[in-house]
Amino acid sequence: MTTLATHGIPRPVGPAALQAPATYMPAGRRARMYFMEARYELVKTMRIPAFVIPAIGFPIMFYILFGLVLPSGKGGSHTAATYLLATYAAFGVISIALFALGAGVATERGQGWLAVKRASPMPVSAYMMGKYAITVLFALVLTILICTIGVVFGGVRLSPGHWAALVVVETLGGLPFCAIGLAIGYLAGPNSAAAVVNGVYLPMAFLSGLFIPVEMLPRFLQTIAPVFPPYHLARLAIAAVGLAPASSAWMHVLALIGFGVLFTGIAVVAYRRDEGKAYG
Amino acid sequence: MDNVVADNVVARLSSVSKVYGNATALNNVSLDIARGGVVALLGPNGAGKTTTVKLLLGLAAPTSGTVTLFGADPRHSTSRRHIGAMLQVGKVPETLRVREHVDLFRSYYPAPMSLPQVMQAAGLEGLESRHFGELSGGQRQRVLFALALCGNPDMLFLDEPTLGFDVEARRAFWERIRAFVSTGRTVLLTTHYLEEADALADRVIVIDRGSVIADGTPSTIKARVSGRRIRCNTALTEIELRAIPGVSDVRSDVYSDRDRTEILASAAEDVVRVMLARDSGLSDLEITSVGLEEAFLALTATNHHEEAA
Repeated sequence: MTTLATHGIPRPVGPAALQAPATYMPAGRRARMYFMEARYELVKTMRIPAFVIPAIGFPIMFYILFGLVLPSGKGGSHTAATYLLATYAAFGVISIALFALGAGVATERGQGWLAVKRASPMPVSAYMMGKYAITVLFALVLTILICTIGVVFGGVRLSPGHWAALVVVETLGGLPFCAIGLAIGYLAGPNSAAAVVNGVYLPMAFLSGLFIPVEMLPRFLQTIAPVFPPYHLARLAIAAVGLAPASSAWMHVLALIGFGVLFTGIAVVAYRRDEGKAYG
Repeated sequence: MDNVVADNVVARLSSVSKVYGNATALNNVSLDIARGGVVALLGPNGAGKTTTVKLLLGLAAPTSGTVTLFGADPRHSTSRRHIGAMLQVGKVPETLRVREHVDLFRSYYPAPMSLPQVMQAAGLEGLESRHFGELSGGQRQRVLFALALCGNPDMLFLDEPTLGFDVEARRAFWERIRAFVSTGRTVLLTTHYLEEADALADRVIVIDRGSVIADGTPSTIKARVSGRRIRCNTALTEIELRAIPGVSDVRSDVYSDRDRTEILASAAEDVVRVMLARDSGLSDLEITSVGLEEAFLALTATNHHEEAA
């Protein structure tokens, strides 16, 4: 490479000029980078009312309306309040995951902001884990709020073990849906991702028994329900509150892990394909 | 790392081609960028400038050939710790404050500048607590510059950094770029403003239709279109002017200089002598050297002409 012309300004000579720049990142700084990504993802998202109000408000509103107000007076309303507590919390958690990842990634990708972040030394995993982390956090807040409303206004009573199981299921159960959201975020265009999420999710939520118990659907729809990922989270949540046998829980856990792995794979393929495109 | 420092190359394309579908964006391009100074990448839209930058930043993978950034694959996040990039972006998250944006990007680098240093270097003092959504266009550009700068990088990528700036803001920004390279560091600049490349660049690379068609200092690029610009009021028609030996182009009505005709000529003195002999009423004569813009237009026009032939 001696043929290269040296363009530019005279630069300092001597040992200082020859020193390779500091690029070593100690583990502490790396951990801090992941923490900062999640922290500012949270700060950024919390300041967007258009995300926070539907994400937290809608499931609570639906639960109050369909779980507490409408069934009261019919008898067995405690069971309905408990059952729908589990399914509306699942509904909320899934929509948080799909919108935060699906619409969030598609928008940031389409507007060129993701390219700015990808051109920085930020690992892609930090970006994704930041979004996963806020999904878990929002899911936790939603679950606590909806449980509180169930206890205070619906007379829902559960053992501490059942409460704990419900909170764990609802908060961690959002993660496979993060992967689904991520795949949609990479496959759908920036303007269509939110529409795709709505178009896919609302029918799927209905068919999975999130709005009315799956047992009340026609038999044909009951048999196909297990192909929809939300069905498995709903079953786990219902088992967590003691309204379904816990013995088959492992099957639903496996199904959710399977969907998570499948859609992570799809997201990775879509991400690679993105590198070959003219934008992104 | 040692060989990188030894051979002084910070970024390299080796026989790189990039094909999108059936469109070839880059065709077997080899390019070395040495440490230090401003390198300007010029070319018409769709010429391959953006593709070159995206390959060097690891945002795209080459179809064939290899791309290295500080001796490593730019698609590995560790090799990007050497660089900062200011890209054109449609929308930046508006709910974060300037300080928060910078704080986050600082966390990506092993040895970043302090927040006050970044604010000063990007001219953002006093705006730390503003939300991004509250900033003016120029201030937003400076935040993007701050994000590129905050890791204290060895190399900056600037993609149309002064788009939409007024003259004063552009000159102030140029001073910031000059200050950055005065420490021996490197800038790769893509721009539509040829004046910008002329004012800043130590090296100009012209890309057209996926190939490098010129590479040198601004003065050597300009010398490749060896010629002068003649402006005057003349009764001679465009056809008559073009027939004069040594005339490479004739334009009228440029720069809303309604009456004057503009002639590009390789041997201006000979052309003027002929014109004066044929048009005794010739007036307002002015002869200047060509700018980078004319050189650039001439180069890309020649390239298209050769491809068509």
